[in-house]
Amino acid sequence: MSATARTLELGRVGESVKRIDAIPKVTGEFAYSSDLFAAGMLWGHTLRSSHAHALVSEVDISEAVGMPGVHAVLTHSDVPGAKTYGLEFPDQPVLAIDRVRYFGEPVAIVAAEHPEQARRAAERIRVAYEPLEPVVDPEQATEREPIHEGRPTAGHGFRDDERPNVVRTIVIRHGDPDAEADVTVSGVYELGIQDQAFLGPESGLAIPDAEGGVDVYVATQWLHIDRDQVAPCLGLEPKQVRIHLAGVGGAFGGREDLSMQIHAAMLALHTDRPVKMVYNREESFVGHIHRHPAKIWMEHRANRDGKLVNVRARILLDGGAYASSSAAVTANASAFACGPYAVENALVECTCVYTNNPPCGAMRGFGAVQSCFAHEAQMDKLAAELGIDPVELRLRNALAPGDTLPTGQRITGSFPAAEVIRRAAALPVPEPEELPRDALRLPGGSGNTTRGEGVRRGVGFAVGFKNVCYSEGFDDSTAARVRLTASDEELAAEVHCAAAEVGQGVVNVILQTARTELDLDDVVLGAATTSSVGSAGSASASRMTWMAAGAVRLAARAANEELARRGGNLAPGETIDVERIYHHRPTTPLDPETGQVTGDGAHVAYICAAMRVVAEVDVELGLTRVVWIGTAQDVGKAVNPQAVYGQIEGGIAQGLGLALMEEIQTRDGLITNASFTDYLVPTTLDMPPVDAELVEEPEPDAPYGVKGVGEPPTVVSTAAVVSALRDATGRELTRVPVSPDEIVGL
Amino acid sequence: MRVELTVNGERLEADVWAGESLLYVLRERLGLPGSKNACEQGECGSCSVLLDGRLVCACLVLAAQADGHELVTVEGLAEDGELHPVQAAFAETGAVQCGFCTPGFVVATADLLARSPNPSEDEIREALSGNLCRCTGYAKIFDAVRLAAGS
Repeated sequence: MSATARTLELGRVGESVKRIDAIPKVTGEFAYSSDLFAAGMLWGHTLRSSHAHALVSEVDISEAVGMPGVHAVLTHSDVPGAKTYGLEFPDQPVLAIDRVRYFGEPVAIVAAEHPEQARRAAERIRVAYEPLEPVVDPEQATEREPIHEGRPTAGHGFRDDERPNVVRTIVIRHGDPDAEADVTVSGVYELGIQDQAFLGPESGLAIPDAEGGVDVYVATQWLHIDRDQVAPCLGLEPKQVRIHLAGVGGAFGGREDLSMQIHAAMLALHTDRPVKMVYNREESFVGHIHRHPAKIWMEHRANRDGKLVNVRARILLDGGAYASSSAAVTANASAFACGPYAVENALVECTCVYTNNPPCGAMRGFGAVQSCFAHEAQMDKLAAELGIDPVELRLRNALAPGDTLPTGQRITGSFPAAEVIRRAAALPVPEPEELPRDALRLPGGSGNTTRGEGVRRGVGFAVGFKNVCYSEGFDDSTAARVRLTASDEELAAEVHCAAAEVGQGVVNVILQTARTELDLDDVVLGAATTSSVGSAGSASASRMTWMAAGAVRLAARAANEELARRGGNLAPGETIDVERIYHHRPTTPLDPETGQVTGDGAHVAYICAAMRVVAEVDVELGLTRVVWIGTAQDVGKAVNPQAVYGQIEGGIAQGLGLALMEEIQTRDGLITNASFTDYLVPTTLDMPPVDAELVEEPEPDAPYGVKGVGEPPTVVSTAAVVSALRDATGRELTRVPVSPDEIVGL
Repeated sequence: MRVELTVNGERLEADVWAGESLLYVLRERLGLPGSKNACEQGECGSCSVLLDGRLVCACLVLAAQADGHELVTVEGLAEDGELHPVQAAFAETGAVQCGFCTPGFVVATADLLARSPNPSEDEIREALSGNLCRCTGYAKIFDAVRLAAGS
């Protein structure tokens, strides 16, 4: 059961505080990006490619233009500025130019009085496609014709890989990659495409100003990088494009890339009317990037005493049609491929390829999820081979501060891997429930498919880790502004930070930090916008708590110093207004040839979690029921413990989904299950009770010792759930989501 | 066509196109965007409302079908400025993260507790299985239901 201690209204760092947006969210008053309205607004709609790969010889809009209520029909020739954009590499057309590279790629946009008019007009646009053979098998992508002209990701300090369709290849050579040991276990593992499936679909409102600029209200993860991509495509100066955070209905990485931002702004500027765009669920499934599907070959060599000697891994990621954040996902998948274990020798090769499958990019766990599934399956296999208890095997190899990762980076901060393993393993596992019991408490649930016959129980264990903050030399920062005022001799503060509140609770982190540092209750948070404060960086990589706390603390302390200079008081009407930019310690790139760190190290800090899972399977029908999950997670310092538990429970649910049910299915590159009817996410009947323990070992470099908390539960839970299924079935279960076919027939 | 609805005790009228769902009309024509649109297929429960006292997905009801009927939406649960106990419990227990599913869960939970004031664990899980939440893993939503049931 989760902790339900009463929450405070105005807490400081370390106290459970009620979300400031909780009341508007429970009453329905909170304005999400899909709830916005402006007088005279039009509705935008996107015409998308029906092909995974085709040349586009003509886009004929003549019929659509004259449809009732239609105010604009725009194609690539109407894009005022740069024709392409991208989060890291500008390889993606705003609207298809002469070729479409994935199913659902935007081709044309329409604005009309009513959304249905816009949709019907889009249907009347005639696109002349010349279909091309789609590249859908990532294992063959490097032998096919290039999907992109030139090499969009070349020249960024990456390893030279001249093969066609390579987004990035990383090779990590550590120690002696040929080192032999007493035993060897190997396996091949696969993961399907997972979707973020945030509930609030992509949406927003663009409002033209009277001077050629535009205000865009949108659900996003990083306001300033949206602006920096949108403005060049509109042919505008950054200051002419103001991005404002509208209510965000979940993100999980899926809002790092742009969706409707440029399109709505183009339509608004073209019609000189506000334009709202809202994707429906089907469009959302094709309208954002997904978690990379992966195939992973792994070999572990260890001595009889269980000590790992050598890990050899080859990882293939399918990046889909555009680069998005694939290069960074490739780095993570390879850097964390060996798990949170000390191993002196390793050879890790990871390649991400372009294909005509759905584009993939950021999703919670970001490359570490895929690797964790493989290395934890290998650790279970090794434990069985050696006859050593799986938890004990992990403890014997657990990384600790002072140890070196396969990238050559020495761990200088907190890394309580052994502690999370011990704490998770010590959580009491519930006794098997007696039969008969209610159908809801059996695999198959209310389908009433068994009374207990054919049901077997298993207990699994897994450990995982990843980095906090951006890596490899990225200059990562967050700005915050603190404004002190006085009225009736009482001080009050207003804080500005463009950190995206995506549901994780960063608004409270900001306020708790400001109240702690200013020692004031009267603190309010300004709206997140590019027009009042500098960039916050992305609500990604489990970095936002650390970075926002760092920035707000810096600005608040500067405000305190200024206040002290003024004698500790402000006269009515007098203000102090300071903005400060916080940087975490710098990182440096990996050597492109050896994958070894250069300079300070590729990563800022690490976070780990261990998890124990009890599951039951019905081996006659292949149905599963996860009974209980216990976890211990390294959180550094919990700023708002209630929110931290919430992140852990929610993160576990997403990993459980990948283990058991979540997969975007494609046929020749076309998505075939773009709905919540066919893409299943865990419900109240799928999620077991979670016992979560927080391990608080402060991170020395971080404000208050905080670390990120969002990703580790997702990294480890897929591996842990499947470990339990393996224990119940004795099968290898090398692919997720595990299908019933792989469980039946024991 | 013109429809007349009683929404949260107030008589409202709207000119609608025959293909518009009740959800669309609530959100876009009657100024009540609290009910959320996340799937339009009745799979996620984000648009849960009470239609003549019965829990329905507003996305699956045509506005025309609701003509002359009574509705309660999430905006109608609080009374005299006081949060409904279910709303207060969701805020208190941390059952709200991004909050997009929250209006649907709040309405569905209010409906559950009206029918069954002290639901068992299994009853809670089954009653809310038509509402998807992507953020919380449901643990704190169950806490909220238990807290509201006890209040």
